Amino acid sequence: MLDVVNLRHTYGEGPKAHQALGGIDLKVSEGELVCVVGPSGAGKSTLLRSIAGLIKPTEGHIRIRDTEITDTPGDLAVVFQDYSRSLFPWMTVEENVALPLRRRGQDRKARRAAAGEALNAVGLAGATGKYPWELSGGMQQRVAIARAIAYRPSLMLMDEPFGSVDAQTREDLEDLVLQVRKDHRMTILLITHDIDESVYLGDRVVVLSKAPARVAGELPVNLPFPRDQIATRELPAFVHLRAEVGRLVRGKEHPAAPATEEENLADAEDTSRSGERPAAG
Amino acid sequence: MIKARTARGVVGVAGLLVVAELVGRSGLIDPKLLPRVSTVLKAAFELIVDPEFLFYLSGTLTVWGGGLLLAVLLGTPAGLVLGSLPKADLAVRPLIEFMRPIPSVVLLPLVTLLMAWDHGIKMTIVVYAAIWPILINTMYGLRDVDPVAKETLRSFGFGRLAVLARVSLPSAAPFVLTGVRIAASIGLIVTVSAELLAGGVDGIGTYMVRAQSGFRTDLVLAATVWTGLLGLVANALLMRVHRWAFRWHVVKSGGLA
Repeated sequence: MLDVVNLRHTYGEGPKAHQALGGIDLKVSEGELVCVVGPSGAGKSTLLRSIAGLIKPTEGHIRIRDTEITDTPGDLAVVFQDYSRSLFPWMTVEENVALPLRRRGQDRKARRAAAGEALNAVGLAGATGKYPWELSGGMQQRVAIARAIAYRPSLMLMDEPFGSVDAQTREDLEDLVLQVRKDHRMTILLITHDIDESVYLGDRVVVLSKAPARVAGELPVNLPFPRDQIATRELPAFVHLRAEVGRLVRGKEHPAAPATEEENLADAEDTSRSGERPAAG
Repeated sequence: MIKARTARGVVGVAGLLVVAELVGRSGLIDPKLLPRVSTVLKAAFELIVDPEFLFYLSGTLTVWGGGLLLAVLLGTPAGLVLGSLPKADLAVRPLIEFMRPIPSVVLLPLVTLLMAWDHGIKMTIVVYAAIWPILINTMYGLRDVDPVAKETLRSFGFGRLAVLARVSLPSAAPFVLTGVRIAASIGLIVTVSAELLAGGVDGIGTYMVRAQSGFRTDLVLAATVWTGLLGLVANALLMRVHRWAFRWHVVKSGGLA
């Protein structure tokens, strides 16, 4: 349903120009959850912002359901990392969730009903009348997710959605995304720098190289559903996959001799979770 | 905490009044030139029930309120336009920076020539002085709107005008109100100054000039007390409106400047 063809983007001109995207090809099928990982500064956000129509890419095509994207598509929802800036502090939680539905031409009553339903789905039924700043970070991001669900977009984009919450909250929110996706049959493109997260959540992981970003590799994630924070992460297949993704992110080829399981683990360990990769551009 | 603060403020004011009264009673100062605090306060209480003074006071309120209202009606839209069109801002900026420091009362002679309506003349002067903080706060408020908030709404497919109305305006509103609050203080100063300089049929300033020519320093000072109280009340009211309407802003910015 999403088709990105040879997408290139350069910021600025002349000697100061920075090429963020160096020709990206990417497909997302209906109902799929694709995670995009890459080193910091790899242009992941540039890719997402191009798809959302927030910036005009220098070159290339983006099609959603065979319609070329030239402006903001109006049929997708973005969940930003910075929930506290993305939610409107002068509106209650319910009003925040209901606002985009004006674009759907729904009347007040229908908007409120849809907002209530979405808030219920993220476990915030009791917070409708509160203001975002009265809630914890994790709850605020739940509101942002509810806002995206209520809109019923054909595609949900998530830009490092759990980058600003603590580890426990992060796991809860990851499971919430899987739940939402299952209940609402959503198509999701999620951007993260966290290798574990990409493997845990994705049906497929797309790895970007450092800038100018290209697709360094793609790995299908054939892990069973429902996924579980403990059980899934201890599956040998999970450990193997995250090592594979880790290698791709670091730009390492497979070692000539098969690595021992220990080395695999060590490699994966240090590129995952909080491990910050050397900044690339 | 607020109560403790208020209590300290009361202590400060009362202390100063007591000291001033003691100096007055010490015989160092001729009470005809500078009346004692108690005399002034007594006069102030008498003034507020004196229909003649109330008539003068109403003139000040009309000019001040009217001028402030006009400044809001002109300054806010101008600030919105300049704040959202950077090119227009660049074009007008030098003019604004030139006009802003000109003390508005120097325009009195000119405006008096152009206009025959006494209140209108003074209101014009008030508008000229009060419009700048409103205009500039509106511009900065708009420029300060969080880009992530704007992008959020844009990403749902909302157009420029919708983003302006639903994100930029509410987000800038607290700044506009702060501008209005500053403008209110300036407006009162300019109103009374214009009355002192230009006279007229009413206004606290006019009252002071007349009281002074009758050597009633106590009345001049009593009227001054009421002028100060007017400013105090206006500021407190607008602060209250701010806290009530923009609680989100007070919480987010960690207080009210």
